[in-house]
Amino acid sequence: MQRGWSLLFLIVPVGCGVVYLLAALGIPPLDKFWLPPNYNQTGASIDRLFGLTHVVAAVVLFGTMGALSWFCWAGSLRERTSSLVAHHTALEVVWSLIPAAILIGLAVYQFQSWNENKLYYPQWERDGQVGPKPPQVKVVAKRFGWEFYYAGPDGLLNTFDDVFIENLLVVPTGEDVVLYVESRDVVHSFFVPGLRIKQDVVPGLGQYLWFRAQQAVELEIVCAELCGWGHTNMQARLRLVPRAEFDRWIDEQILQHRAGQAARLSQGSSE
Amino acid sequence: MTSPQATAAMSENGRHATGWWQRFVFSRDHKTIGLQFLFSSLIWMVVGGLMALAIRWQLAWPWTEIPVLGRWMFAAEGGQITPQFYNVLFTMHATIMIFFVVIPLLVGAFGNYLIPLMIGARDMAFPTMNMLSYWLMWPAFGCMVVALMAGDQGPDAGWTAYPPLSVVYGHAQDWWLVGLVFVGISSMLGSLNYITTIVQMRAPGMTWFRLPMTVWGLFITAILQAFALPVLTAALLMQLLDRWGGTSFFVPSGLVIEGTDVVTGAGQPLLWQHLFWFYSHPAVYIMILPAMGMVSDMLSCGCRRPLFGYRVMVVSMAAIAGMGFIVWGHHMFVSGMSYLLTVSFMASTMLIALPSGVKTFNWLATLWSARIRWTTPMLFTVGFISMFVIGGLSGVVMAAPPADILIHDTYFIVAHFHYVLFGSSILAVFAAIHFWFPKMFGRMMNETLGKIHFLLTYVFLNGTFFPMHFLGARGFPRRYADPYVVEGFRDLLPLNQFITWCAFGMAAAQLIFVVNFLGSLIVGQRAEQNPWRANTLDWETDSPPPHGNFAACPVVHRWPYEYDNRPGRPDFVPQAMALMEDDNAADECDSNRGVE
Repeated sequence: MQRGWSLLFLIVPVGCGVVYLLAALGIPPLDKFWLPPNYNQTGASIDRLFGLTHVVAAVVLFGTMGALSWFCWAGSLRERTSSLVAHHTALEVVWSLIPAAILIGLAVYQFQSWNENKLYYPQWERDGQVGPKPPQVKVVAKRFGWEFYYAGPDGLLNTFDDVFIENLLVVPTGEDVVLYVESRDVVHSFFVPGLRIKQDVVPGLGQYLWFRAQQAVELEIVCAELCGWGHTNMQARLRLVPRAEFDRWIDEQILQHRAGQAARLSQGSSE
Repeated sequence: MTSPQATAAMSENGRHATGWWQRFVFSRDHKTIGLQFLFSSLIWMVVGGLMALAIRWQLAWPWTEIPVLGRWMFAAEGGQITPQFYNVLFTMHATIMIFFVVIPLLVGAFGNYLIPLMIGARDMAFPTMNMLSYWLMWPAFGCMVVALMAGDQGPDAGWTAYPPLSVVYGHAQDWWLVGLVFVGISSMLGSLNYITTIVQMRAPGMTWFRLPMTVWGLFITAILQAFALPVLTAALLMQLLDRWGGTSFFVPSGLVIEGTDVVTGAGQPLLWQHLFWFYSHPAVYIMILPAMGMVSDMLSCGCRRPLFGYRVMVVSMAAIAGMGFIVWGHHMFVSGMSYLLTVSFMASTMLIALPSGVKTFNWLATLWSARIRWTTPMLFTVGFISMFVIGGLSGVVMAAPPADILIHDTYFIVAHFHYVLFGSSILAVFAAIHFWFPKMFGRMMNETLGKIHFLLTYVFLNGTFFPMHFLGARGFPRRYADPYVVEGFRDLLPLNQFITWCAFGMAAAQLIFVVNFLGSLIVGQRAEQNPWRANTLDWETDSPPPHGNFAACPVVHRWPYEYDNRPGRPDFVPQAMALMEDDNAADECDSNRGVE
């Protein structure tokens, strides 16, 4: 009975760890308990980092829990007498230096991913000059929905002919897409699990977001920062389409937008 | 402070001739105040726990009638939770568990009860201030009850209360803010008292490196509180001013609220986040360092061997506390903070894992070659260590900002902090209650019930919190009243139902504890002075100790970890036991260490 406890301290944490490991290895039916499919080119490095830290964590978990339950097992033997060792410099140096090395290693390793995802800003070439790519879409978060603004016929954002669409974002695949996000009321968060993107949208603090999708797919945009009672319902669709389809779509939107404007104008003049 | 003569007179008759009110209600005795904190926290824990169950119910069976309480609480809605009240629930669950349960249990209850006993003092340095620190909790309780009475219109901006949501929309937010200001003042009085008591009133011979780890944990925690809390209190007052005083610390200009423009100054929502986390990250350590200290003491006692690496443990505690002040930005990796600043917070966060890891290795080394007595406190202690490992490891995963992009504000975070707060802090509290119950009430708790309680709690807590990692890896966000509105999360419903079943199992297991606790108060076996055969000074006096704590002032001769299980040797040597040499320290005793 006494030794049963040491088994409990082995089985429960290690059992949890094993289930997690099977999920990470993609073994059905546990495969749905791991990261959702990734469609962002730079997101792959996030997945690698997430996987690597989990490998480190799994090794440490199995090692420490194995030791813990082994010591508990041995310590439950009746005839055993306790050790009086309360200090061992060499051991203490080793168990400080090895974790320090691992942690510093992880800290250095994650730089590449952070660099790829956040520190590098997409560049583009125009008129023979390379410079930062301007945003194609302005995203406005509000309680409880998303507004997306595209440049109108003048090709510029924040002008009178901007095309406005609610809760549907359509962007081309195979190229860097830059979004400018801002909030109209409270803090929201622009979260697309399938693109490995999350950015708090803070009122008064416009920000840039970018990604490059490889594949045409439809994803969900959700809000990840509490914004009130309708927080759950604050979602939008994200449609990633090939460039040609995107061009057709945006032309259509511009036409519709113009037609709508013209209708409003004529309505206004007839009144 | 009274004269030595008065102190001597008091230790003769044990107590002042005081009335019932002064003895049990407005008492200045640190032990009574500690027990008051204990009882009020345990009651609040029931309230906070019921809220957690309501949250779990909603996530497993959204928009269905809540059993038992639903019909009474939400009569108008057919017994189901409203989206507004769901936000109130998680806001108040966190607020209650952090400010009314975990901190008051560790710091208020055990800090008050154990510090004077363990350092050999007759009471705290400032007994009246100590009494105030408890009674200032009551206005805070009152504020939160009023806030809760508002139902749907209660505080719903999360315990993090990010503006502009909390300032512009926050319901009953003022009650919440004022309540926390009271908590802040209460903790501040407590922490100043603890620091003074530990610095000034240690028994003769109680050098710094003879202090039990419990006292070290509480001492470092008190310093953390003294430095971090004023920042939170100031931030709370700033938010109050933003709501009522026409200031604009946190609200930017250009907001459009309900279709109309709001004219405000150019405040900074991120300023609140910085101020809030500057307190609330150290608060994480406030909620774990005392637990680490108590666990170290109970572990050494249960292993019947000296604590491994005592000095290193003290240094790593201090390192955790010191570094705890420069890691707050890891709560803000995706907040819009500078991407370069993020890198420095990442580095400090990675490094803070190191002292925590070192402490774990020291506990493991203490377990190595031990002669373990599997008492209930020992089970909870080892449970603490194993859960702390899981909570610590998930912390390393999220310390890398790129990984945090995905898991920030998801259930991965919820899993992480419940492993640390419930899996570690609360297990340590259960260990400590079982361990010091005989000292507090003069009776033992039932061991069989204690072990069943441990087994069920341990299994169900893992069943509840471990699968939350899976939810988080999928991107399942926190604070969603109905996550299944999102197509991508619909297949996670069965997993959530599993979690909820485990949560109900865990709650049911706590009934065993309630029965054991209340029953042992009345019919528990009478406890001897030192039932665990422990070394610290608290076991040198009666169970429960008289007013003034010690008949004669103890003199300390050694550190508290002299356990030895070899045949023919004394099993343990208490700190106050003199062997060969004699100190002259006894003469210092009781001079300038008075008691009210």
